[in-house]
Amino acid sequence: MGMQTPVATGRSVTGIPTGRLAVWWIVGSEIVIFGGLLMYYIMLRNKFDFWSESSAHTNTFAGALNTFILLTSSLFIVMAHYYAEQKDHIKSFKYIWATIGGGLCFLLVKSMEWTFEIMSGYTITSELFWSFYYTAAGIHAVHVIAGMVIMGIISFDVLQRKNMHRVELIGIYWHFVDIVWIFLFPLLYIAK
Amino acid sequence: MMNFMSLLRESASTFANDIDNLIAWVAILGGFWWLIAEGVLLWLIVKFRHKDGVKAQYITGEKKEEMKWIHWPHNIILFCDLVIIVMAIKVWHHVKQELPPADDTIRVIGQQWSWRFIHSGKDGILGTPDDVEKVDELHVKVGQTYHFKLETTDVLHNFSVPVFRLKQDVIPGRVITGWFKPTMTGTFDIQCAEMCGIGHGIMMGRIHVETPEQYDQWLATQQNVAQTH
Amino acid sequence: MSSSTHAAHHDDHHHHLSFWQKYIFSTDHKVIGMQYLLTGIFMGVIGGYMSYVFRMQLAFPGKEVPFFGLVTAAEYNSLITNHGSIMIFWFAMPVLIAAFGNYLIPLMIGADDMVFPRINRLSYQIFLLSALILIASFFVPGGGFGGAWTAYPPLSAKAEYNLTPWGSSLWLLAVALEFVAFLLGGINFITTLMNARAKGMKYTDIPIVLWMIVIASILFMASVGPLIAGAIMLLFDQMIGTGFFDPARGGDPILWQHLFWFFGHPEVYVVLLPAMGIVAEVMTTFSRKKLFAYKTVLFTTIATGVLSFFVWAHHQFIAGIDPRMANIFVVTTVLISIPIAEMLFVYIATLYGGSIRFTTAMLFALAFLATFLIGGVTGIFLGASGADIYFHDTYFVIAHFHYTFVPIAVIAVFAGLYYWFPKMFGRFMNEKLGKIHFWGTFIPFNTIFLPLFFTGAAGDHRRIFTYANFPQLATPGLQDLRIIATYSVVAIMLFQFVFFWNFFYSMFRGAKAGKNPWNANTLEWVAPSPPPHGNFDVFPEVYRGPYEFSVPGRDQDFWPQNEKA
Repeated sequence: MGMQTPVATGRSVTGIPTGRLAVWWIVGSEIVIFGGLLMYYIMLRNKFDFWSESSAHTNTFAGALNTFILLTSSLFIVMAHYYAEQKDHIKSFKYIWATIGGGLCFLLVKSMEWTFEIMSGYTITSELFWSFYYTAAGIHAVHVIAGMVIMGIISFDVLQRKNMHRVELIGIYWHFVDIVWIFLFPLLYIAK
Repeated sequence: MMNFMSLLRESASTFANDIDNLIAWVAILGGFWWLIAEGVLLWLIVKFRHKDGVKAQYITGEKKEEMKWIHWPHNIILFCDLVIIVMAIKVWHHVKQELPPADDTIRVIGQQWSWRFIHSGKDGILGTPDDVEKVDELHVKVGQTYHFKLETTDVLHNFSVPVFRLKQDVIPGRVITGWFKPTMTGTFDIQCAEMCGIGHGIMMGRIHVETPEQYDQWLATQQNVAQTH
Repeated sequence: MSSSTHAAHHDDHHHHLSFWQKYIFSTDHKVIGMQYLLTGIFMGVIGGYMSYVFRMQLAFPGKEVPFFGLVTAAEYNSLITNHGSIMIFWFAMPVLIAAFGNYLIPLMIGADDMVFPRINRLSYQIFLLSALILIASFFVPGGGFGGAWTAYPPLSAKAEYNLTPWGSSLWLLAVALEFVAFLLGGINFITTLMNARAKGMKYTDIPIVLWMIVIASILFMASVGPLIAGAIMLLFDQMIGTGFFDPARGGDPILWQHLFWFFGHPEVYVVLLPAMGIVAEVMTTFSRKKLFAYKTVLFTTIATGVLSFFVWAHHQFIAGIDPRMANIFVVTTVLISIPIAEMLFVYIATLYGGSIRFTTAMLFALAFLATFLIGGVTGIFLGASGADIYFHDTYFVIAHFHYTFVPIAVIAVFAGLYYWFPKMFGRFMNEKLGKIHFWGTFIPFNTIFLPLFFTGAAGDHRRIFTYANFPQLATPGLQDLRIIATYSVVAIMLFQFVFFWNFFYSMFRGAKAGKNPWNANTLEWVAPSPPPHGNFDVFPEVYRGPYEFSVPGRDQDFWPQNEKA
């Protein structure tokens, strides 16, 4: 469907690039979704002490490792944005893929972690704490995957020096995914 | 205060009158402002309909003389709102936060799709072998203060007695306590006022408010078989 | 980047768009707006049909309903559940926000389209999918979900309680997808309004309807998140047996209610605001008057929006929440009546000194004010917690919210359709038929719901398929009121045929309309009727506000925004 980009897309009355406004809107929507989930968790957690017994079984080391991985990958996407601004499309492309690599490592650690936990009998239906654990981390992981896919698509545009402004935009999204994890980590792994 | 609510549905408990009174006040204050607003709307529609040769006026609504027509009603409504808030909280507090000492207690257990009522029996104490359990049938004495303990075995239900102006949701995993004091004898509807599935519409009970003599007569005819849960 | 003033892109390269490209897979905001409008109206007809069926059952319990058959208790619950869900999610929201929003925003800001047309198209496609999933839910084993549109667990969470295993999950999935569609749609509304405005259009030059639609989008976005989280949890409870809302497993059914109503209350303003926006546009044009206190309207709208996040538990006074908490919500709930009353007074004040023409659109706009006033005032009975103890879950509540929802989703929508029809199709709707439709809608609407205030106050509780089992309610007097309400439903439905005939006939055979048949000021009246792809030959520039009617010293009683001084 050959669509011509409308003139409207190029306007910017506020001076803020339209793409950035759109990403902030998306991030805002997601904050409320995760916020609702986490509020629910916190309220129930306060009510039921027996949860601390379940949460003792989460793998804090894996959680900490994943936190480090995500933070590093956020650094990589910042570098990718820097090089995009410098018009160095090759370096930008490489750093985008480094970020995707970070996401992949995150998912790998998580898969191993979950496999072990499920085999130890801690499944999504075994107890409410675990229901939360898998649901919250699972929805987060879906967002990680989505981010990786979008980054991959953008990287190929970047290689052709097209739509370089989108590196910043996916960077904002990726930082948000990172921040959600930074909330999840203490709630799921540290609060014991 | 003319209790016009009791024209629609009899008022058969002590706090029913308090609730009806609150309703009456909201009707008066709200009704007053509603009449003014509709009246002004109608007047403006008639007065300012298009007439040939008469141009409309250019009014921004930003001048003080113009805004005062909004500010004055706004402030008076604020005052009316505060009155309503205070009255509402007083009634609410009396019905839902206070718990006058009980002359007797009843257990009310809702389930899909019937009510079980456990009366305290001859000894007046719940949880003893002489408790009387009835399905969809509740007996109480007029003029006595009752506590009720609400439970459900499955989904949400709501114990509703319209003539008492009594309503309370019941939640699985909890026992919720409330009270009432009947003021009128008679037989009245008990409803379930929270969607509880296919049988929600047939979940009907009857409450018999009786004189002490009638109540004792009824009690004497009951078997002392209570299924305590 | 500044807005360009040179000619808009034409579809020079697109002489021959196929039918599919032009109407089904279009990215043009006007086509997408129409898609939302027609889908929404279609769903509204289904929802209306459902109300006809269940009201016939209530008036003549146990009798076969013409064009349906016998109504079982299970079907009754499914009908009322889906009536409510459809009307809010698949009729009111798509028509008010997505149809009018998509159609009007680019036109009224002097742009050629939304900023992200492909995301726009995607949002409609997801919306359509959600509608299809909902309809599918009626035909699965067990039938459609019947746990009320509020879907409180444990009833909604366990098939052993609701007896609609497939229907429950499909309903929930449909609702969740509808939320996603509107979140996507919101991206376009806010970015387009903020960034793609015509040169010279300051914030206070933006027509109120656009502010309303965008603020509504923001309210929606900020409130729906927790419910999406809740919906995922409920879906897991339904499908894989988690216990998020199961007290026996540590969950809490009341927390679903909080998640639901935290969204549910702002949601009513999400639909109210666009309706008020439409009414403002129609009223100013047909009274030839500037909107009274534009800034006040804007600020009270924002105040209402913010306050709307603090009132939600008034839906839960009796639910078993801590009674002390209820008192906080009484204060916020009763006080929110103030900015709303202020907005209504400001609208009424706009009529003062006007020169009012009673076109069909104007009749509907005025009827909105008259009927919404009843809805608003009756809300106070419910916000006053002590009174709500009695009115909760009775027909009084139903009558209250239909006196708000019907003005919002039906009356204001008709005002907008009659008003913008000439722009959309280049032809007029027939005014005579319009007036017949108006009275045939306005009068029966009142005779449906006024009696229900009384049946509710007499004790009729909600979601009951027959009152025959309740001796105090099975009285001839009350049954007469129920029958009057039902006959009025039939009447209002019949009169809608007048509208449909008028709408579709006039689309092809109505009297031709020019660019600005109502002599209005806003930018959509600068484009041809109907506007081509790209909307404007030359992009307009803005020199004044949107409501400069009857400016003293001028011959014309209107002054288009784009006319040079």
